[in-house]
Amino acid sequence: MEQEKMNPHFLSRQLDVSDFLPADEEEKQSLVTMGQSVSFWKDGLGRLRKNKVAMVSLAVILLVMLFAFVLPSFYPYSYEEQLRGRENLGMLEPIPEKALALAESKGLSTFPHLLGTDNMGRDYLIRVMMGTRISLLVGITASAIILVIGSLYGAVSGYFGGKVDLVMMRLVDVIYTVPDILIIILLSVTLKYPLKNLASNYPAVFGWIDTVGVGLVCIFIVFALLYWVGMARIVRGQVLILKEQEYVAAAKALGAGSGHIIRRHLLTNCIGTLIVTTTLQIPSAIFTESFLSFIGLGVAAPMPSLGSLASAAIGGINSYPHRLLIPALMISLIILSFNLLGDGLRDAFDPKLKH
Amino acid sequence: MGTFILKRMFSAIVTIFLVATITFFLMFLIPGGPFLSEKAPSAETLAALEVKYGLDQPVPVQYLNYMKGLLHGDLGTSLKKRGMEVNDIIATGFPVSAQVGLIAIAGAVLVGVPLGSVAALNRGKPLDHIIMVASTCGIAVPSFVMATVLMVTLGVKLGWLPTMGLSGPLSYIMPCIALAFYPAAYISRLMRSSMLDVLGQDYMRTARAKGLGPFVMLFKHALRNAILPVITYLGPLLAYTLTGSFVVEKIFTIPGLGSEFISSITSRDYPLIMGTTIFLAFLIIMMNMVVDIVYKLVDPRIKLK
Repeated sequence: MEQEKMNPHFLSRQLDVSDFLPADEEEKQSLVTMGQSVSFWKDGLGRLRKNKVAMVSLAVILLVMLFAFVLPSFYPYSYEEQLRGRENLGMLEPIPEKALALAESKGLSTFPHLLGTDNMGRDYLIRVMMGTRISLLVGITASAIILVIGSLYGAVSGYFGGKVDLVMMRLVDVIYTVPDILIIILLSVTLKYPLKNLASNYPAVFGWIDTVGVGLVCIFIVFALLYWVGMARIVRGQVLILKEQEYVAAAKALGAGSGHIIRRHLLTNCIGTLIVTTTLQIPSAIFTESFLSFIGLGVAAPMPSLGSLASAAIGGINSYPHRLLIPALMISLIILSFNLLGDGLRDAFDPKLKH
Repeated sequence: MGTFILKRMFSAIVTIFLVATITFFLMFLIPGGPFLSEKAPSAETLAALEVKYGLDQPVPVQYLNYMKGLLHGDLGTSLKKRGMEVNDIIATGFPVSAQVGLIAIAGAVLVGVPLGSVAALNRGKPLDHIIMVASTCGIAVPSFVMATVLMVTLGVKLGWLPTMGLSGPLSYIMPCIALAFYPAAYISRLMRSSMLDVLGQDYMRTARAKGLGPFVMLFKHALRNAILPVITYLGPLLAYTLTGSFVVEKIFTIPGLGSEFISSITSRDYPLIMGTTIFLAFLIIMMNMVVDIVYKLVDPRIKLK
């Protein structure tokens, strides 16, 4: 409208010469309407940041990690230290006089036991911290194993297709129907001795088995053997679509090898799926670990795990219910926040996965 | 259809064979063989025992014998419970576990399906949010956590329900809730998303357009289609209930197969561990197969190969 007012000849067919002058720099700039370039990460993270539930769960996970990995080093007690005279203290119960005198003479800490102590006089809070650490470590390590094996397997199967795909996926189908918990139990029972032998016979190479604990190594082996199939199926589905894209054809035309294409083009393009599936895998690994520790197959004795803490507390359930409730609630909290974060990540990075 | 069933049966047999083979070879990883115990038997006794159970023969022969035994349904003899056959232990323990497990499965379906449907029908309303929050929390609670929390609150603090054994109908309540809690939450989420899917379909609009009442629409059209994913979940649900029963039976001291299995792990009763594993694996694999076949039978849209 303004233009019309300014130009008195707007109805005439005569051309306005000023319309055909070359644009100056300022005018050129005003025509550039491109928004800031939004990368995949920025886009996803922006969406994630708007998701309140996911952000709260992320904060909870970070707090739990602080609790499990940082706090123990500043805590005056250790998880295996048995303090005489302080057995079976309740929550916030003061340390008995006798034990105080003993602590003074031996130079032990008299820091109050916030969650009391267990039947062997070990501070319960530090045990819960260490148990949480174990659960988180198991969850994250197991998911990393699943990520590596599952994504490579799925990508290779999907990329090569045909007979390779058929054989590889048939194997996945068979593993899928194997009842995993039963096999885990079986393996944890039977692998104990060979792994112990391995650790004691070749301490240089396999010494780490003892430090990690045979039970945990068994869990990892089983995850590596059985749990990757879900990931492999999802990645294969993605790769089947991605490999038809032009850039893959272009890479092939430029002479890129299969390994290069899978690594640089296919797996990088389903990174959203990989992140989401891995995050959602963590709670299920923690679930399994706590279950195994609960039935006595997880970590080795002095080392606590949330599952074994809960299991040990059943005996004294009448007098010390908090010993059971605290690890139990901790497990639920961790699983819940990882589930919610995973859902949030899926909505942010991989909306297609939502069904 | 016939080919599909045959194919599915074949793959089930392959899986069972695989599990049995893994089990057999894992037996060899245990040092001292199956006769290791606190008081070591003399060399002659050991030799006699090995001859009796055929352990002096080469591995392939032993493997064949073991497989032959399995085919006849013979799972061996318990080591710690003298003279007890693994078959007998399963025969006494399994009915108890099955009772609790079936009640839990039925409960999970009967609670989860209506909850999920109600949530879907009230999409975006407070009722939907309440159900979704509850079920999201529900899938974060392992069965042993639920069992112990129930035990502390209802059993110990309030004293409303018996905490041990299976003495009357009241004592079934806590174990069954503990087992059914997670699957009920899972089913309600599953049901909600599939119900939302179905409600958005064209045939639902057609049904409304031709003047069907809400009940006919819901029960005849929506529910029948939306329940299909729940059917596929029945296989994993059985597996979950069986493994969940291990801890739930331990916590509530129920004399079922699950607590038998756990005590066989702690007492290192290998034949019992192996036998129970194979039995349960067989059950789960069979259930998966039946579910797959039923699924194809129920839903004619799924193409049969």
